[in-house]
Amino acid sequence: MTAETLVELKDLQVHFPILRGVLVDRVVGHVKAVDGVSLSIPRGSTYGLVGESGCGKTTLGRALLRLVEPTGGTAVFDGVDLTALGSNAMRTMRRRLQMIFQDPLSSLDPRQNIESILTEGLATHGIGADRAARRALVGETLDAVGLPRWALSRYPHEFSGGQRQRIGIARALVLSPDLIVADEPVSALDVSIQAQVLNLLATLQADRGLTYLVIAHDLAVVRHICDTVGVMYLGALVEQAPSAELYTRPLHPYTRALLSAVPVPDPDVEDRRERILLTGDLPSPANPPSGCRFRTRCPWARERCAQERPELRTLAAGHTVACHFAEELE
Amino acid sequence: MTDLTPMLPAPEPRPAEPDSQTPTASLAGLTPKARRQRLDRLAELAAVHAEEKGRSLWAEAFRRLRRNPAAVAGTVVLLLFVLVALIGPLFVPYDPTSTAWADQVKEGQNIIPGPSAQHWFGLDHNGRDEFSRVIVGARQTLLVGVVATALGLIVGCLLGGLAGSAYGLGGRAGRRIDNVVMRVIDMLLAMPSLLLAVSIAALLGPSLTTVMIAIGVISVPVFARLLRGSMLAQANSEYVTAATALGVRRWRIALVHVLPNSLGPVLVQATLTLATAIIEAAALSFLGLGNPDPAVPEWGVMLTDALTRLEVAPRLTIYPAVGIIITAFGFTLLGEALREALDPKLRR
Repeated sequence: MTAETLVELKDLQVHFPILRGVLVDRVVGHVKAVDGVSLSIPRGSTYGLVGESGCGKTTLGRALLRLVEPTGGTAVFDGVDLTALGSNAMRTMRRRLQMIFQDPLSSLDPRQNIESILTEGLATHGIGADRAARRALVGETLDAVGLPRWALSRYPHEFSGGQRQRIGIARALVLSPDLIVADEPVSALDVSIQAQVLNLLATLQADRGLTYLVIAHDLAVVRHICDTVGVMYLGALVEQAPSAELYTRPLHPYTRALLSAVPVPDPDVEDRRERILLTGDLPSPANPPSGCRFRTRCPWARERCAQERPELRTLAAGHTVACHFAEELE
Repeated sequence: MTDLTPMLPAPEPRPAEPDSQTPTASLAGLTPKARRQRLDRLAELAAVHAEEKGRSLWAEAFRRLRRNPAAVAGTVVLLLFVLVALIGPLFVPYDPTSTAWADQVKEGQNIIPGPSAQHWFGLDHNGRDEFSRVIVGARQTLLVGVVATALGLIVGCLLGGLAGSAYGLGGRAGRRIDNVVMRVIDMLLAMPSLLLAVSIAALLGPSLTTVMIAIGVISVPVFARLLRGSMLAQANSEYVTAATALGVRRWRIALVHVLPNSLGPVLVQATLTLATAIIEAAALSFLGLGNPDPAVPEWGVMLTDALTRLEVAPRLTIYPAVGIIITAFGFTLLGEALREALDPKLRR
């Protein structure tokens, strides 16, 4: 994949201050939700971000769209550093950067009907000459996501989960963005509908050349639609590889543990395969462990892991790992 | 809905009955005409489904309200009350300020004539027709309740809305605005409400306007806090993030998304405040801070006057008291029903 880069994150950080105090707030520490993530997404491809709850993947997605303000690093989108944009310039830029939310119901205003939801972005960005033009555009988008036209006069609570997610997709799509950040786009849906929505996303990508950043905790979902996968742990990337490579040859102990938790639909293989059980919880991002972030739960942790934080190293084409002993473990 | 169909087991084919509910079930053995009719009916069914308009949350809440017997009862009581207040004074048998029958009242001998065919509720201590006074008093009571509540609602919503949208969407500067506004509100809230109302009324001198202002002011902090809290909850919701991601301006998000979704509890509180406003107006009048002209009938004043003659004519306390109770009860019934109707947890 040698296409031009659309999104380039460099050492992106989101540190939330921990405030304490009665009258005057004092900063007593920081929750390092995202702590120095660098990645790049080529135009027209899909980047998958996986990790367990609380690892900062949602915050990363939102920081890229500046729904959460990044506290350090840069996020370059199509040559423009988003973190340096003023609020008005950023607002204009939002047409090209859209988002799909995890919970389709709570991300739709319950008092807006579908037409109002879908035309709001158009009106905001002055797309479409008049009401009729906007209506036509909205109608086309409804067709594209497979919703009937009569949905326009209805309200979000009158739809099923899968239909609501299509509404959310239509809302993002109607602005014809370049990048869509999909935050757990299917985890709130039934399994049968998950496939429908994922296929819809893939079709739309093929038709419109969209670029996706898909955030998920479900490895199967990511495998299904992503070109490149990044694994996050405690605010940082620990491994990044082309999708097929990551699933066949995971190098980081954390990735291996995640993959070993995915059941295999063959009872013989399922009984024999090696399983790596992680003990304990994710450490507090306010007070991360020294050295390698993963060492407190890593079955192969050694002394060096406590002293030195491993950098991302390239071990194969496009395959980078942040582990001192990745080669040995293989 | 339609998306769920792949999950469900395939429905068993129905036996072809002549009058089956599914129009296509028995198309095979029919004459062309009957078949066409069935197909038309099928098309009709589908068309109705497609043309049916969506129902907004307000419309649904109204539908639920109509089915709730408490809401209907409350509305009937209130309509009666409003009707009496608006057109009752046109139909009263006597002028409520006329003391034409003063000679029948002998306070020295503890004689105040009771109900009779001429005077349904009897006479009051000044020889005025009690029935006419109760009816005309309803107008004053309604006026005080509505104006005071409206005052509290408007000022409270302005302050609460400002604080709520500033805190929810305005970043650090917004939090500061919110802090200033809410500390003022807290100061109002810290004082016992009736004491505050009495102080205001004493400051402005006794009149009906004073009563309205005093009661309005004491309901301001309640409305402000309620709307602010409700807006803060909404400002953290995903659809606000979604609107931000769309690029919608902040003031538009506050007005179009956050505010309408936060108004439910405030509306409920307004109906309940109407009830307490009427009671408090009576209390202030009772304390002598209401309309200084005793000739104009008002339920609270009537209650005060009647109290000193409780052992002679206890009925004189009962008429205005029952009026106050029924009205407050009506508003409370409606308010509770409204709260239930707007409760998102009860949505289907």
